[in-house]
Amino acid sequence: MLIVENIKLAFGALFCNKMRSLLTMLGIIIGIGSVIAIMTVSSSLTASISDSFQEMGANNITVGIKQSGEEEEVRNNGMRFGTSGRTVSADEEDLITDEMIAKLQSAYPEQIEAVSLSETIGNGTAESGKSSSNLSITGINEGYFTGKKISLLAGRKIKQSDLEGSRKVILVSDKVVETLFDGDNHAALCQPVSIKFNTINETYYIVGVYKYEESSNFSSASDQELTTTAYIPLSTGKEMIHSNNGYSQFTAVTASSINSVSEFADKVETFFAPYYAANEDYEIAASTMESMTESMSEMIQTVAIAIAFIAGISLLVGGIGVMNIMLVSITERTREIGTRKALGAKNSSIRLQFIIESVILCLTGGCLGILAGFLLGAVAASILGYSAAVPVGAILLAVGFSMAIGMFFGYYPANKAAKLDPIEALRYE
Amino acid sequence: MIINLQNIRKSFFCGKPNELEILHGIDLQVDSGEFISIVGESGSGKSTLMNIIGALDHPTEGNYYLDGCNIGSAGDRELSGIRNQKIGFVFQTYNLIARTSALANVELPMLYGGIPKQKRTARAKELLELVEMGERMGHKPDELSGGQKQRTAIARAMANNPSILLADEPTGALDSETGRHIMDIFHRLHKEQGKTVILITHSKELAEETERIITLKDGEIAGERRGGTIC
Repeated sequence: MLIVENIKLAFGALFCNKMRSLLTMLGIIIGIGSVIAIMTVSSSLTASISDSFQEMGANNITVGIKQSGEEEEVRNNGMRFGTSGRTVSADEEDLITDEMIAKLQSAYPEQIEAVSLSETIGNGTAESGKSSSNLSITGINEGYFTGKKISLLAGRKIKQSDLEGSRKVILVSDKVVETLFDGDNHAALCQPVSIKFNTINETYYIVGVYKYEESSNFSSASDQELTTTAYIPLSTGKEMIHSNNGYSQFTAVTASSINSVSEFADKVETFFAPYYAANEDYEIAASTMESMTESMSEMIQTVAIAIAFIAGISLLVGGIGVMNIMLVSITERTREIGTRKALGAKNSSIRLQFIIESVILCLTGGCLGILAGFLLGAVAASILGYSAAVPVGAILLAVGFSMAIGMFFGYYPANKAAKLDPIEALRYE
Repeated sequence: MIINLQNIRKSFFCGKPNELEILHGIDLQVDSGEFISIVGESGSGKSTLMNIIGALDHPTEGNYYLDGCNIGSAGDRELSGIRNQKIGFVFQTYNLIARTSALANVELPMLYGGIPKQKRTARAKELLELVEMGERMGHKPDELSGGQKQRTAIARAMANNPSILLADEPTGALDSETGRHIMDIFHRLHKEQGKTVILITHSKELAEETERIITLKDGEIAGERRGGTIC
C-alpha cells in the first residue's frame, strides 16, 4: 500500500521538477540508449547475416584443401573457411581429383544429394552480328545449381551429357540476350554466339537463359558494359584453358534428410584424411554455412559486448548524477521529512520513499533511453540496409539494470534521509 | 492521568565541555481531557519540553509515562507508532506537505497507520468538513490561505483520532481574527470530543483561555495557575 502511494508521489516529484529530472536522467538515457542502439544494430546484423548464409545454402558443405600449418590459427578464430579465397600454390598432386569426389559420392549416396563443382575460366565477350556483351565465364558441373537460387527464363541448365561430350553450349543471363537478341529469350535459344576469350574464338550454342539478379556490387555500368556470368560445361571449360587439374575446393550439397550438417562435414573430413595422410603441405577441411554463421555472429557479439561495456561506464556516471540530485532533493525537503516523522513515519518508511523516488527516476530515464536507443538503432540499421530487430533481451536487461542503478545510488541518500533527527529536520530553514 | 513527567532533565552536547542543560527537572501531570497552556519566554525550554512530550526526543534523565507506558527507552519503531496514534501535532508554520492536496495531507498519518485507502479518504473528508475545509480539500497548500492551511493541519492532527493534541504556537503566523477562529476549533475539539490539548504559546491572552497555565522560566516550572475565563 505504501509502495503504491510512494510511486504516485515519486511521479509527482518527477513532473514537478521537469527540467531537473530530465537533466538528471540524461546520463541514464544516454547510457541505456546507446546500449539498446548497439544491440538493435547488432541483432539485426546477426539476423540478416544468418539469413543470407541460409540463402546461400544451409545444407552445403564446402570441402577444400588448406595448408597444414594453418590449422591452429584457423581453429582459434572459430573460422573454418578452409582455403577459400586464398591463393593456393598447390601442386597437382595436392588438389582434389574427380576420382576422390566420385568415391565420396559412392561412399555416401544417401547423404550427398549433389556435388557442385566450378572453375572460373576467365572474362571474355559474346558476339552475335555486330553487338557484343561482356561475360565472366565459369565452368560448372551438373550439380552446380543444386540448392542455389536461379530462375531459368528459357531453355535448360547444363546437363550431364553436355559434360560427357564436352559440348560447346552456354547458359547466359537475360542481359546478354537483351544486348544480342533484343531481349527475346526464346528466340535466343539454340542460336550460335562467338565467344572470345584471350586468343580463343569459338562458337557456342545458347541452351538456356537465366534471370540476372542485381547483386550488391555497386555497378553503374550500362547494360552493354555489364559483365554477367555465363556458364559452360566444366569439361568444355577445362579444354578451353588446357587444364586437367583437380579442384582446390568443391561444394557437397547434403540431402535434407540429414540431421546435422556439421556432423556430416566431420565425416567428409575423415573420408579424405587417408588421401592426405602422406601430404606434408596440405590437408582437407570441410566447413558448413552453419559454422560460418556461428563464427560471424560470435564476432559481432564480441564487438557489441565491448561497446556495451563502454556504454556501461556512462550508466555509472549517470547513476552518480542521480545520487547527487537525490542528496539535493533531500536537503530541500528536510522539513518535509521532519513533518513526516512527526506524523508517524518510521525510518524505514522514509527510506522506502526516497529509494522508490530514485528508482522511478532511473526507470523513467531507462524507458526513455530504450525508446531513443531503439529509434537510433532502427535508423542505423536501415541506413546499413538491414531490417531492425527488437533486442528483447537487451530491453529487459536495460529495465532491470536501470532499476538496480536507482536502488544502488538511491540507497545512500535515502538512508541519510531516514536517519535525520526529526527535531533538527523540523527546525531546518 | 495521560501525561506524567517525572523529574525530566534534558542536556545537549552530553559529555562535551560545552554540555548544556536546558530542562532542570520538570514534574508535570496532565489529566485526560484537560486543556492546558505552556507559556514562557524564548529560551525558557518550551520547545524542548514540547519535543519530549511529543515523543520526538528522549529526556536525558527522568521518566515520562504516556498513557501509562514509560517511553524513555522506546526505539524508533515504538516512538513513531506513538506519534502516529496518540499525538496530533499542529505547528506554527503548518508544515503541510507541498505538492499534495489538502485531502492527501490529512490522509498521510492514516497511510503511515496502515489504514486502507477507502477508509482513509472517508475519514479525511469527514475531518476536513469538521474544520470547514470541505470546499477546498482538492487544493494544494500553496493555493490555501494561512488560516485554511492551519485548519488543514488540525484536521491532519486529528486523523488517527489521537487523545492528545500538541499545538506549538498555532496562531503565531496568523492575524488575530483567523487566530481566533483556530482557537475556537481547539475549544470545540476539547469540549465536544474530549481531547487533551496542550497549547504552547507566547500570548498571555490565549493562555488565559485555557484551564491551566504552566509558566516555564529558565528550564524550570516557575508557576502554575488556573486559567481565567473560559469562553
